Amino acid sequence: MAAPKKGRRPTGAQGRPGRALAIILIAMVALTAGMFISKQTTPRLGIDLAGGTSITLKAKSEPGKENAVNETNMNTAVGIIERRVNGLGVSEAEVQTQGRDHIIVNIPKGMNEKQAREQVGTTAQLYFRPVIAFADGAPAAPEGAQSPSPSASGSGAPKAEDGNKTSPSATPSSSATSQGRALSEGLKAPNAPTPTPSAGESKKADDKAAPSPSASAPAPDPAAADLQAKFAALDCTNEAQRANVGTGVKPTDPTLACGQRGEQWGKWLLGPAAVEGKDVKSAKGEIDPQSGQWIVTMNFNDHGADAFAKVTGELAAKQMPQNQFAIVLDGDVISDPSVSTAITGGNAQISGGFTQQSAQDLGNMLSYGALPLSFQEDSVTTVTAALGGEQLRAGLIAGAIGLLLVVVYLLVYYRGLAFIAIVSLLVSAILTYTIMALLGKGIGFALNLPAVCGAIVAIGITADSFIVYFERIRDEIREGRTLRPAVERAWPRARRTILVSDFVSFLAAAVLFIVTVGKVQGFAFTLGLTTLLDVVVVFLFTKPVMTLLARTKFFSSGHPWSGLDPKRLGAKPPLRSSRRTAAPAPVEAKEA
Amino acid sequence: MSKLGDLGAKLYRGEVGYDFVGKRFLWYGVSILITITAIVALAVQGLNMGIEFKGGAVFTTPKTTASVAKVTEDAEKASGHDAIVQELGTGGMRIQISGLDTDAAADVKKQLAADLKVTEADINADLVGPSWGEQIANKAWTGLGVFMVLVVIYLAIAFEWRMAVAALIALIHDLTITVGVYALVGFEVTPGTVIGLLTILGYSLYDTVVVFDGLKEGSKDITKQTRYTFSEIANRSINGTLVRSINTTVVALLPVAALLFIGGGFLGAGMLNDISLSLFVGLAAGAYSSIFIATPLVVDLKEREPAMKALKKRVLAKRASAAARGESPDDAQGSEDEPQVVSQGRQPGRRR
Repeated sequence: MAAPKKGRRPTGAQGRPGRALAIILIAMVALTAGMFISKQTTPRLGIDLAGGTSITLKAKSEPGKENAVNETNMNTAVGIIERRVNGLGVSEAEVQTQGRDHIIVNIPKGMNEKQAREQVGTTAQLYFRPVIAFADGAPAAPEGAQSPSPSASGSGAPKAEDGNKTSPSATPSSSATSQGRALSEGLKAPNAPTPTPSAGESKKADDKAAPSPSASAPAPDPAAADLQAKFAALDCTNEAQRANVGTGVKPTDPTLACGQRGEQWGKWLLGPAAVEGKDVKSAKGEIDPQSGQWIVTMNFNDHGADAFAKVTGELAAKQMPQNQFAIVLDGDVISDPSVSTAITGGNAQISGGFTQQSAQDLGNMLSYGALPLSFQEDSVTTVTAALGGEQLRAGLIAGAIGLLLVVVYLLVYYRGLAFIAIVSLLVSAILTYTIMALLGKGIGFALNLPAVCGAIVAIGITADSFIVYFERIRDEIREGRTLRPAVERAWPRARRTILVSDFVSFLAAAVLFIVTVGKVQGFAFTLGLTTLLDVVVVFLFTKPVMTLLARTKFFSSGHPWSGLDPKRLGAKPPLRSSRRTAAPAPVEAKEA
Repeated sequence: MSKLGDLGAKLYRGEVGYDFVGKRFLWYGVSILITITAIVALAVQGLNMGIEFKGGAVFTTPKTTASVAKVTEDAEKASGHDAIVQELGTGGMRIQISGLDTDAAADVKKQLAADLKVTEADINADLVGPSWGEQIANKAWTGLGVFMVLVVIYLAIAFEWRMAVAALIALIHDLTITVGVYALVGFEVTPGTVIGLLTILGYSLYDTVVVFDGLKEGSKDITKQTRYTFSEIANRSINGTLVRSINTTVVALLPVAALLFIGGGFLGAGMLNDISLSLFVGLAAGAYSSIFIATPLVVDLKEREPAMKALKKRVLAKRASAAARGESPDDAQGSEDEPQVVSQGRQPGRRR
């Protein structure tokens, strides 16, 4: 970017200062307007300034899964963690990857930190549970009462068909159209003692349904009845109910679960966990060479293979929906394939209506349990808003005082020229502020304390560009030039210096941004942004303004307060200058 | 301040000039001394690693009437670990307890809230595992490595390899000094410090690059003249950019100082303070090294070149013959102890 090229670069509209100024003015107006239109009039504050909890997780690479820490898995993990955290009923929690192996979870103030940490940190809550009953997501209102016949074409069937997209069957042969009937028959199946199949898919189903399918003859059980009642009442379309469903249930107990089938919510009554997620050795989404369809293949460890063979053996003997098992992740049903035969040998595949994305997602989830990776907590920071606000205030006060000192110094030293510098700093500040505010919405940029530091440090970097340029102009005046040629002749050289040094600064910021995480990143981002804006401001504002002001009497006559008084600067006698001009430097000729 | 302005003019005209390059061995000596001190301090005293590197918790309480001693006692009793307690400018306390894991910290927080009669929510807790700071530091090392490689490549292309090498040495020099100051004074090293240190990377080089830019320009057609040797031109370049260097450093240090003394003073220890402290030390070191170390190093490297050796010979021969003829060389270099007397104009190389 800033290689000190000898070639032509736009010279900051040497002859046309008005155009450059117009560009930057338009940019400022557009950014400010954008800021107001998008109602983002302040930069989004980071967790350290606004208050809240920030949890940094580091992915652990486990033996045998060294390659597991990769982008796909990190993104899957982010998705799962995000759902968990926001499943608490908190909005605005954000989960992001940072660097190669970190995930930052920022939870705004006002939420239960302990609960959040539990939610975020835990892994492997993935279970395979046999399906006892399935129903549409909504509770059994009038709909539930309808069509009590066993051949129920009740609400279950069409939904199930919809759901076929995401609820593939274990065998391609499994037919979706039979689901309605299969369900009712399944409810009669010997192993599942659900005597009176009520149509709305056991919405008011009986009191003995709950026990595990493998239990041969469970006695009527008040707990099961209770579960049935809850199942009937459960409304999976209600977010709050969804969040609570199945919480605190032991894997060995039957449970309720919600899940999405296609666009629709469904609810399940599920038996005890038959296989745990940790028994899945590997799983992935791939294309079935025979059918050309996306499928998910699974590979179990020994324990898992035995358990899976057993449960599939039992399930295969049943009817819909009890020949299905549900893959339950954190209480949500993510898939409910049906089984037609016992699957032995520890390998299984799920097929039916997957897209590449859904197959790979499911593969990832199965492969690594609830989270594709295991994480350790690296740091937990809670910040109260009060203190964060104080820190921000201190930083801003410090910044303001620092700026004031810079202004005073510039005024004393550069006099009139200082105004150009100050206005340029102001332009720079407006651009920085509006961009930061907009980026808050755009890319989730949050102004944290280190970022504030970065912005303050950047005052120095920005001011430096003016100093380089001003010193060059003054040097030219010392050569005996009048202001207008001095301003133009000083520019190419100053420009090169500014570009070269800003490039180094930007390089440092970019490297920091890429290799580091968390707090350092915010700092690096701000530094990089302000460095870029420095270039923009110097080219499009400072230089053109300088060109314009060089035409004014105040500056061009070298008024003592202009900062450009030739006498003060010790300009050479004219005699010398004429000699100098006779020898125009070849360097400049190339550069200008 | 106009004095500095006059100085600028005088420097520009060459009426005054500081012989940085001639006295470079003095400055090398100074730097080596500082570096050795830094290394010794680092070896003997070590760095005072913050809690982020040891693992533990930092609690910040709201304004409280309890004394530091009382809070220390409470904190130690509640945690069973040593606690460092500082009073903040706000009247609150900053309590550092190392060796606390994240679970135990919750209990300590509760206990502290009860002891200080504030609600738990008012206490700010920063819990870090022992690996957190280490990771930041590791990433910082990676960043440092990557940056150094890239910047050396860039400088080698934009300027030449000798300048790249000199800039790199100056950069390492700055970092050493900064780390040395930390070891010597015993300032706490936190991730904020690391951030500050990393910023020095860019800034130290920024200064160096500006000086080098002047040097590159000044030595453009150096072999086409016989008035100055490379080291003389280098010295003039430093002098030519001296005022800029001073101004830039002052302007950069002002906000950082404000951050350090006002922001830090207001809040006591904290990230603002950590960043600004290392920046302050590093910026000062950076300004020093760009003038006293980086450019003289370039001279040392450059004067080994046959072309520069030949040039030096020619220049000296010309001066000798001029002296033999009884002329006073108008731009002779005086003895190295006196301010150089050089003629006007900043690009001597272009004249012939």
